[in-house]
Amino acid sequence: MVEVNLHGRALSTVISLRQVTELREWQYRPTISRLTIGAGVPYAQMESGEIARLVPALSQAARTVGSPQIRAAGTLGGNLGTCSPAGDGLPVLAALDAIIHVIGPDGARDIEWADFMVGVKKNSLLPGEFVHSVSLPVLEGWQGYAKVGTRNAMVIATASACLVRDSDEGLVTVALGAVGPTVIRCRQAEKWLASTIDLRHGAALDADIANEFGRRVRLEALPIDDHRSTAEYRRHAVGVLATRLLVRSFA
Amino acid sequence: MSTRANASNASTAKTNLIDSPPRHGVLGTNAARPDGIAKVQGGFAFSNDMWAENMLFGATLRSPHPFATVVSIDVTEAWKIAGVEAIITAEDVPGKSTYGLIMTDQPVFAAVGDDVRYAGEPIAAVAADHPETCRRALAAIKVVYNVKVPVTNAEDCIADRAPLIHPDGNIFRHQRIVCGDQSVVGEIQVEGEYEVGMQDQAFLGLESALAVPDSGNTGIELYVATQWLHEDRHQIAECLGLAEDKVRLVLGGVGGAFGAREDISLQVHTCLLAFATSRPVRISYGREESFYGHVHRHPAKIWMRHHADRDGRIVKIESRMVLDGGAYCSTSPAVLINGITHTQGPYKCDNAVVDGWAVRTNNPPCGAMRGFGVVQACYAHESQMEKLAVAVGKSSVEVRLLNAMETGDRLITGQIMDSVAPVAECIRATDAIALPEPLSASPLALPGGTGLTADQSHIRRGIGWGVSMKNLMYSEGFDDFSTARCRLEDGVASLKFATSEVGQGFTMLAQQIARSVLGVDDVILETIDTSVGSAGSTSASRQTWMSGGAVQAACQSVLADLLDHVSTAKAWTREFIELENTDIVNRSTGERISVHEASSGQRFERTEEYRHPPTEDLDENGQGNCHVAFAFVAHRAVVDVDPELGLIKVVQIATAQDVGRALNPLSVQGQIEGGIAQGLGLAVMEEIVVQDGKVRNPSFTDYLLPTFLDMPVVDMVLIEEHEPKSPLGAKGVGEPPCISVTPAIANAIRQAVGRDLPRVPIRPFDIALG
Amino acid sequence: MSTSDTNTSANEMYTLRVNGRDCDVQDAWIGESLLYVLRERLGLPGSKGACEQGECGSCTVIMDGSAVCSCLVLAASATGSDIHTVEGLSPDGSLTDVQSAFLEAGGVQCGFCTPGFIVAVHHLLEEIPDPSEEAIREALSGNICRCTGYGRILEAVQIVAAQRRGTV
Repeated sequence: MVEVNLHGRALSTVISLRQVTELREWQYRPTISRLTIGAGVPYAQMESGEIARLVPALSQAARTVGSPQIRAAGTLGGNLGTCSPAGDGLPVLAALDAIIHVIGPDGARDIEWADFMVGVKKNSLLPGEFVHSVSLPVLEGWQGYAKVGTRNAMVIATASACLVRDSDEGLVTVALGAVGPTVIRCRQAEKWLASTIDLRHGAALDADIANEFGRRVRLEALPIDDHRSTAEYRRHAVGVLATRLLVRSFA
Repeated sequence: MSTRANASNASTAKTNLIDSPPRHGVLGTNAARPDGIAKVQGGFAFSNDMWAENMLFGATLRSPHPFATVVSIDVTEAWKIAGVEAIITAEDVPGKSTYGLIMTDQPVFAAVGDDVRYAGEPIAAVAADHPETCRRALAAIKVVYNVKVPVTNAEDCIADRAPLIHPDGNIFRHQRIVCGDQSVVGEIQVEGEYEVGMQDQAFLGLESALAVPDSGNTGIELYVATQWLHEDRHQIAECLGLAEDKVRLVLGGVGGAFGAREDISLQVHTCLLAFATSRPVRISYGREESFYGHVHRHPAKIWMRHHADRDGRIVKIESRMVLDGGAYCSTSPAVLINGITHTQGPYKCDNAVVDGWAVRTNNPPCGAMRGFGVVQACYAHESQMEKLAVAVGKSSVEVRLLNAMETGDRLITGQIMDSVAPVAECIRATDAIALPEPLSASPLALPGGTGLTADQSHIRRGIGWGVSMKNLMYSEGFDDFSTARCRLEDGVASLKFATSEVGQGFTMLAQQIARSVLGVDDVILETIDTSVGSAGSTSASRQTWMSGGAVQAACQSVLADLLDHVSTAKAWTREFIELENTDIVNRSTGERISVHEASSGQRFERTEEYRHPPTEDLDENGQGNCHVAFAFVAHRAVVDVDPELGLIKVVQIATAQDVGRALNPLSVQGQIEGGIAQGLGLAVMEEIVVQDGKVRNPSFTDYLLPTFLDMPVVDMVLIEEHEPKSPLGAKGVGEPPCISVTPAIANAIRQAVGRDLPRVPIRPFDIALG
Repeated sequence: MSTSDTNTSANEMYTLRVNGRDCDVQDAWIGESLLYVLRERLGLPGSKGACEQGECGSCTVIMDGSAVCSCLVLAASATGSDIHTVEGLSPDGSLTDVQSAFLEAGGVQCGFCTPGFIVAVHHLLEEIPDPSEEAIREALSGNICRCTGYGRILEAVQIVAAQRRGTV
């Protein structure tokens, strides 16, 4: 709509999904510990309640999306369709290795997160395909999302990070927003951390480890300068966020 | 004396001076806004709500280049689009091709063969049946440009190493102030180079105007949101080639102004399209176009060196201020004078050397914004005061009290401060306000807010001060006046004036004045338009004083006529007759008659002009009585900072403001809180980012305004000391609140992180890196 | 639904349910936002537009029980939705408690943001009858006011909350 309002984007065909109730549903299947969220579920519904309890990082990200009015209308489907690196929901999907269910002229298919976002505002949807829902694992362990912006509410991320600790598997995953052409998974830093400390149990975290983790996360960012911030600051900020989130996960 | 603004005794204490017991809606009470009900119900007609039968929509084509010669404009394809009714360019301007407030240097449209001088300069305008048709028509107009390298550095203009941008030259004004003994050298010297970014007024009610041509196109009626109807009319009539009485302006509902409606924007375009089609035309800007359509606050670079004795007493100030005025003059020369004449701030200073420049570049044009040059000067002098405090080992409060200006002091312009000047009272009252609670336990209340970036352990708290002086009304010999007409008929007063109500509440105040002066309860407000004399602009914190003075004078004249009438009709001796609340009383006999009854079947009408005492131009040394009056304010900011991420949360603003007399305490409080929000915005987030002459963030997604979660509680004290020069004893309250709060916040951040941070807005990377 | 974009007036018609009434929209261009249709076609200019991108809240309406920015809703996609605007809050012209409190507390200056705030505050107090100051600030963080600095608006909300719980 912003494209139409501001940039004169011409519309040839408009398909309204507002009344397709199936897209506005979510379902938790405890047997496989997975949560499926319809592409049309508004972020407001993720801020609290059952979805927030199952995937706390998603609820924290949801709470930072635009304004309350935007969250009443904005959806994961929208974030995935636009595929902005600053989309608040996307680092959570990346850190959780979400699976994107899409439907198109040739039927349904699943796309793993790693294959979904391919560039700035570019995804791997084929012509005629749209996002139906997103499937996320429900994990044991701390998870959180943090976002840096110049204002204390209603702001586009200048840098964001999601950290998920899978206590069963002894893994930490980290994904970064707004510091590269796509959302970035910090696989090197993740690997280093898993090989350096035991993430399975709640043992105390050495401050040096947390700082080194932040330093390694920084190295994996691919930020740019733009009118919102500088590459240097963005790189710095994701490092700080990663360190702080890791510390929180041990608190 | 001082009173808490939100304590009920503030209003009663003041009201008793005039009306006892206070009557509803008189001066000193929180009278209701006459436009309030319509505004809360959504029925108030803002200028872009207006509509006329057979109306067309208009839109403007703008240059994408900051500096280029227009080689050709081809509108052929645009005419082929169904629904397009008019396309106009510079060739279609029948009168003067340029306009402007001080210099008429800005073209209505850039002509073929002429240059565009900023990105966003109008080239053509269209009228069509639908806004989308307009957009397509604009896209179909082919303009060929010969693009030139833009001049974007003000210093290049001063050093005369930039190409000439405009035939009128690249310097809008250069002015020095030299006063006292130049050879004085202070034992203590502090120095700094400061920078202020380009702020936008960002009113919410976007530019809009509806032009309705007279049949036969002999004249035109323009409904427009503006700050100054008569000045608009003057400029529009010249460009249309019409006599002023053929151009009638009516104030459309104004959704905020803050200086951005002082220059004209779409007025001439709308009228030309209406004439071209012989139909009503409305142009309504969108937010992006608004960033190109009005002037902004001048970005500034200011160097200052304060000399002081070892106790911290200022003995000399040296300063150099450079304002980037952008492509066209607007009010740049006046902004510069305001800036440099406030170099000393609210402090005594006998010796000064100040050099000021306002220059033309290919950046967006800059002009009036709330604070008008004083914001920039104050940011520098209050940053300096903090350095001085550190250098002499005194507290922020001590060093300011030591230097606090008083009535009778001589300013660096040689003018004697003859306003009430309660600077020390403002500082002491602010200092006495309780500090806020320690760090909040709620993550939402920490810097970063909903982003949940910080825990309590990451936060450092700082406290900072800012104190300012602001001139009121127009300066430098300007013939500044306002006009009002009062009519009294059957106990009902009606008021007519051309004063722009932009949200500040003048219409409410006018009713209060009439109730107090005339003893009536019912006050009708007539349409605000150009069918009465000029009121001057709603700017410079001047309307309460100027138009308030005019309304008061008109009401007093009508009252005198009424008393004459009663004297004759009742054979009461004139000198014994006076008004007491809503009655006319014969002091010798004790007889009384209500105003309502006395005016029954009668009609009294008077029109009055109010003028403030004349002012003078500055001479070549910057000497002269150039200002009318001054108001003062102190701000103390408490700010939580996350130094590692550079994020900010302003926790509390404490303030005491010299208001003269609070004529409507609730409105004063609203002006103070609103001004503080704008000053906060400049301190930590608001900036038009310009790169190579192009605005990079012309939207509310990227030009950030403070939200509810960014704005702290404001604890305030009103310093009410009746200003004898002011017709109502009141000083303008609009500008002072947004001035020294910016350096107060900056000083708090500096204290928290121990860094210089010479530039506002202070960005996260300024704090976290570097 | 789908339609061609070649004309700004298409011959299609749709119906919006606004303030309890069915309103036919004819010959509208498909790209029109709900805000535009409310203001320019349905004679409901109370919802205001100040940013066209969901960054100011001036255009807030209630749609199927949620407060949304009407500038971001494609009007033609809102068929079948229940839409309430500021004009529908009190059809008989009396003031709601929220509207009265805005006037009493001084929450109105230029008034451009006011209708959006009024709608958002009604919605907030239905969701959270007795919100904390922080909850008020967060819930209204999508409504920008350039005049008041929010202090008087905060007070207005607190006045209504207190009135509704019967403590004043």
